[in-house]
Amino acid sequence: MSEFLLEVKDLKVHYPIKGGFFNTTKDYVRAVDGVSIRIPKGKTYGLVGESGSGKTTTGKAVIGLNHVTDGEILYKGEKLNTGKKVDVSSEIQMIFQDPYSSLNPRKRVFDIVAEPIRNYHRKPKDELIEEVLGLLNKVGLPAGSLYKYPHEFSGGQRQRIGVARAIALNPELIIADEPVSALDVSVQAQVLNFMQEIQQDMGLTMLFIAHDLGVVRHMCEWIGIMYHGRLVEEGPAEVIFNNPQHIYTKRLIAAIPDTNVDNIERNLQRREEVRIEYEKHFHEYLDEDGKPFPLVSISENHKVALPPKGGEHVNA
Amino acid sequence: MSDKLLQVEGLTTSFKIDGEYYPAVEDVTFDIGHNEVLALVGESGSGKSVTAFSLMKLHKKARVEGSVKFEGKNILDAKESEMNKIRGGEFSMIFQDPMTALNPLMRIKHQIIETLDIHETKKKSEREAYAIELLDRVGIPNAQRVGDAYPHELSGGMRQRVVIAIAIANSPKLLIADEPTTALDVTIQAQILDLIRDLKNDLGSGVLMITHDLGVVAEMADRVAVMYAGQIVELATVTELFKNPLHPYTRSLLNSLPSEDMLGGKLHVIQGVVPALNKMDRTGCRFAPRIPWISADEHEHNPQLREVTPGHFVRCTCYKNFFLDSSDKITKLVEEEQFEMIDEGGNN
Repeated sequence: MSEFLLEVKDLKVHYPIKGGFFNTTKDYVRAVDGVSIRIPKGKTYGLVGESGSGKTTTGKAVIGLNHVTDGEILYKGEKLNTGKKVDVSSEIQMIFQDPYSSLNPRKRVFDIVAEPIRNYHRKPKDELIEEVLGLLNKVGLPAGSLYKYPHEFSGGQRQRIGVARAIALNPELIIADEPVSALDVSVQAQVLNFMQEIQQDMGLTMLFIAHDLGVVRHMCEWIGIMYHGRLVEEGPAEVIFNNPQHIYTKRLIAAIPDTNVDNIERNLQRREEVRIEYEKHFHEYLDEDGKPFPLVSISENHKVALPPKGGEHVNA
Repeated sequence: MSDKLLQVEGLTTSFKIDGEYYPAVEDVTFDIGHNEVLALVGESGSGKSVTAFSLMKLHKKARVEGSVKFEGKNILDAKESEMNKIRGGEFSMIFQDPMTALNPLMRIKHQIIETLDIHETKKKSEREAYAIELLDRVGIPNAQRVGDAYPHELSGGMRQRVVIAIAIANSPKLLIADEPTTALDVTIQAQILDLIRDLKNDLGSGVLMITHDLGVVAEMADRVAVMYAGQIVELATVTELFKNPLHPYTRSLLNSLPSEDMLGGKLHVIQGVVPALNKMDRTGCRFAPRIPWISADEHEHNPQLREVTPGHFVRCTCYKNFFLDSSDKITKLVEEEQFEMIDEGGNN
């Protein structure tokens, strides 16, 4: 059991749709509908999908910011969503997407970073200051920023403050929800580099949620692709990129713009082929509710949501 | 040269900060031919959007100098009433954020008919049918129904298509696309880019594409202008720029992208930040503070945009002996300086 730090089993998050005269529940929005994820200790798992696919909902459910309709979330083999209070919030932390809105503009950097520590430990102020300085140093911010406010920093620096706050309690699992999508490429490089450094230094496990496949490929060992609340394909990064099997994954990968100008004609052609195949066969990959089928293993560590009977085009 | 669709010469747009004018775009010169896509690339704060807004004369309070010739006529001299004819007619713009570019209180089809009315395109009785046809053309399924919808009923990708439908309603000769796909998912991005490419080919229009996504640039552009701190630092054809980038800024940008060759490795980081408008040193090479390991002798005192090989322009001489360096020592050094800068800013 202890092989995986985090195990999500058949997670479901449904929201009721209310309506009618008595405001009764008519139906459910199945935002996450049967997602299973396992992350070994010290590894990074990339959760990819378009907006509305349920990737952020999954991340929030893991950290307890969303209710869980059904399924199990196991952290170190211990069930988190029991209703009973299992206090692991010091071990699981989140890095948010937008460095502009996730920091309280009326608090100083010291208070922002010290808040999680204050929640768990009673410490004299000088000790606290020392600890915060250590954290700032770790994320590459100088000591002078201790008593500044968030607006005095650039986007990349703010994201570092967010990371300093996330690692303040020496967490073991970090959920990073699109940590770089609001940043310029140059700043993105900065944040990605130092997230990798911190991960290595602290032996962190990460659930990395993103829609940019280039970034995910750079950061993650293992990738899961989501569509309409379910995983359609899962496997090691190189397998997903070099041998995608689900038509949706193929389409996502074909849609990445390439900076190699020699490949452009070939890419456009490939994208067109995939688009035609997608339009022709995509419905065969969905069940009658328009949801992807359950995952089946096609090799040792590669799972794809193929139709139950399979079809001649599927393995083409 | 007069066969060019758009010729921009010495465009300088200045904004007033504390009673003084500071140029956000300085001496920008480029041209766009018929059926050509020119991409404008740079970090936020480099002046790309200011350039586009200046071409449309959408900056009311800014001081705009230089000349913008559209088919030989200088539009910077045009009166506001004339500009209203040009905007949305011969010039049109696809705005970055489809969430805010549409009027939330107007049905989609009426927003399209509005531009048709202003420019008196088509007969009055035909306009509604044409609006639906436009929606169909930008790939909106069920155009009739979507025409009756309000913006909040549509997804981001659909809204962006509506914005494009409005932009192409009067068959513009020049289309300015300001980050048209930044807010969208990759698959929808690919569709929107296809759409812009088809429109360009069908109408023979010129396109000015503003983006910070170098992948999009590689796919769409014929020529690329790289902007830094309000100036064009490199201008070349797309193949030349990606195969033989010269300016240190272009090379640093290309190296900061995650790529297949260096999976999981360290990405190149451009040190420091784009300087603020009123704190910028306007003498010498503006990129110099971000490449401190290059000696001052390599830079020109007054950097000029020079043609290095036919069609390939580079500013300053520092590209000649430039090498990428990202050793930790330098990272620390620059970061400390940067903070001193912010310190000063905070105390003022």
